[in-house]
Amino acid sequence: MYAQMVKSSGKGVKSREEMTEQERDFQDRIDADVKIEPRDWMPEEYRKTLVRQIGQHAHSEIVGQLPEGNWITRAPTLERKMILLAKVQDEAGHGLYLYCAAETLGVSRDDLTEDLLSGKMKYSSIFNYPTLNWADIGAVGWLVDGAAIMNQVPLQRTSYGPYSRAMIRICKEESFHQRQGYDIMMKMAQGSPEQKRMAQDALNRFWYPSLMMFGPSDKDSVHSAQSMAWKIKINTNDELRQKFVDQTVPQAEYLGLSIPDEDLKWNEETGHYDFTEPDWKEFFDVIKGNGPCNTERMNDRTRAWEDGKWVREGLLAHGRKKAARKSAAKVAAE
Amino acid sequence: MSSVSPSPYPETESKEKTDRKEWPLWEIFIRGQHGLSHRHVGSLHAPDAEMAIKNARDVYTRRNEGVSIWVVESRHISATAPGEKGPLFEPSESKVYRHPTFFDIPDEVGHM
Amino acid sequence: MADTDKQALLQFLLRMGDNTLILGHRVSEWCGHAPVLEEDIALANTALDLIGQTQMWLDYAAEVQGEGKSADDLAFLRDAWDFRNVLLVELPNGDFGQTLMRQFLFDAWASIMLGRLQSSRDERVREIAEKASKEVAYHVERSADTVVGLGDGTEESHARMQAALDYLYPYVGELFESDAVDAAMAEAGIAPDPANLRAEYDALVGRVLADATLQVPEGAFVHRGGRDGAMHTEHLGHLLCTMQWLQRAYPGCQW
Repeated sequence: MYAQMVKSSGKGVKSREEMTEQERDFQDRIDADVKIEPRDWMPEEYRKTLVRQIGQHAHSEIVGQLPEGNWITRAPTLERKMILLAKVQDEAGHGLYLYCAAETLGVSRDDLTEDLLSGKMKYSSIFNYPTLNWADIGAVGWLVDGAAIMNQVPLQRTSYGPYSRAMIRICKEESFHQRQGYDIMMKMAQGSPEQKRMAQDALNRFWYPSLMMFGPSDKDSVHSAQSMAWKIKINTNDELRQKFVDQTVPQAEYLGLSIPDEDLKWNEETGHYDFTEPDWKEFFDVIKGNGPCNTERMNDRTRAWEDGKWVREGLLAHGRKKAARKSAAKVAAE
Repeated sequence: MSSVSPSPYPETESKEKTDRKEWPLWEIFIRGQHGLSHRHVGSLHAPDAEMAIKNARDVYTRRNEGVSIWVVESRHISATAPGEKGPLFEPSESKVYRHPTFFDIPDEVGHM
Repeated sequence: MADTDKQALLQFLLRMGDNTLILGHRVSEWCGHAPVLEEDIALANTALDLIGQTQMWLDYAAEVQGEGKSADDLAFLRDAWDFRNVLLVELPNGDFGQTLMRQFLFDAWASIMLGRLQSSRDERVREIAEKASKEVAYHVERSADTVVGLGDGTEESHARMQAALDYLYPYVGELFESDAVDAAMAEAGIAPDPANLRAEYDALVGRVLADATLQVPEGAFVHRGGRDGAMHTEHLGHLLCTMQWLQRAYPGCQW
């Protein structure tokens, strides 16, 4: 997902006997669906895990601007250009909300940014894949946002108040994202032979990377168990992936496109589609930095950060001068 | 013992606290419609108050959500200390007469 | 409407619409690359407003032209020589300071121009100007603040803003050029003679640049050739290559 493989760094879920009284109270509040707020007591591991998860989620939104931003200047109509620009702008907004949520936990946005640029913190693997034709913009909205929404809707109920509120706002704003993607896919799938070819090509390239977004199976992971006990993770990766496949297959059929999986078929017994797992070796390669676009994405972010330094410093210096002049004028008036 | 603490958030554990070039954090309050109070909608960074208001307009009213914006630097907000939840809020819980449902009004009297 | 008047109105509408189209395109190039998230979001808003205004101007232009074309046809299927934007807006973004300086120099003109157009005798022009004015009033406030902030910021930001101003200033004069099209528009009460906006513009820009501690460059040289299409810069062709590529490579498709 946007936050993949977040380590909870604890040693797994403690039994009630192992918990201190404070920890028991804390867990009771979470079990009773009472939100945890910034200055409430919380276990250090809860705080650290949240910083990693929210930070990774925020980074994903920001890096996620790049593959779609790649097509803003080439959008084929004025309306498509505006829709895409508004969507990519929303992603910047979502990154901003999430950084602010992380900041309530005692880290700063600049520190998180530096951790991203140094490679210490990660972002979702999906954004290391290229957008090569216009239908990719449709596929990203349809598949990538579709997968993200699947994860984000339950996260609106997460236990940490600021994170939950950010997710509520994000979900509200994101409702148009997946639809605009599918709308592009419909136009392309019903269009000229070349447009259909673009649409199929986009689906072929984005299908498995989209399945990877949910992360490897975590049914035996101690990290996931702890995160689920703390309600900062709501479903297992496999549950969400299955739900995504079940939802997406009929949508692809409607478009008249084929999902690049020969073994994909409906299973009467389970009531779900059987499908081929993505190549997890490829996933780990991408996570390690060897995806098709890792280097470009980080170069872009690093350049924006370094080239922007003088701007941030210049405006801050002016703000300080202005404040100083104001207080000097006040002193003089008194 | 005080019931308030100086900031709404825990202190940041910044790496180089001394020479920070980071823009200050601001809390944003927006009046969504005429007649309503301003409501906290989130935060953002800005070099000064004027830019904070402009940034708030660009960030938090992209979908026509506001008619009036207040900004305040986060460090100027005082907050109740979480441990003090009891003394500050519980007394009012017993003042049930402040709530309209406390009073039984005969149905014949009509809506009140 | 007489044919010559129609031609003049079309030229005027293309000038307005091409300015916002090309500048909107340039500003949109920043998306995802700005110095700080808040600026990234603000720049996208500016670009969105400008492209929205483009749609209104070019819709009307296509209607006046009467050849059954759409705003998209005008944006994506004309070659450089048919574009009528001023050179200022097609110049590359440069650094963030140059982009914001260009934005301010344009916004200041647009805010005055649109103010006048709100009393145009042409109803459509009036309607477009009313809507666009509200957006541009905010743009000019924001770009002016940023120019002041960076001009009066650090030594480096000051130097960069002065360099941006020195580079861009010779392109400002074209905004106030007058020709037969402008004379016809003024005559018909549709649009003001651009030359008459200059004094107000100089006062506004002078005030902001003084606050920004920047020097207005000396010398009156003016680069021209955009608004009459006589000679664009080399940059416009590259911009159009990118912008028009899909429509050109796959003609006649629905997108």
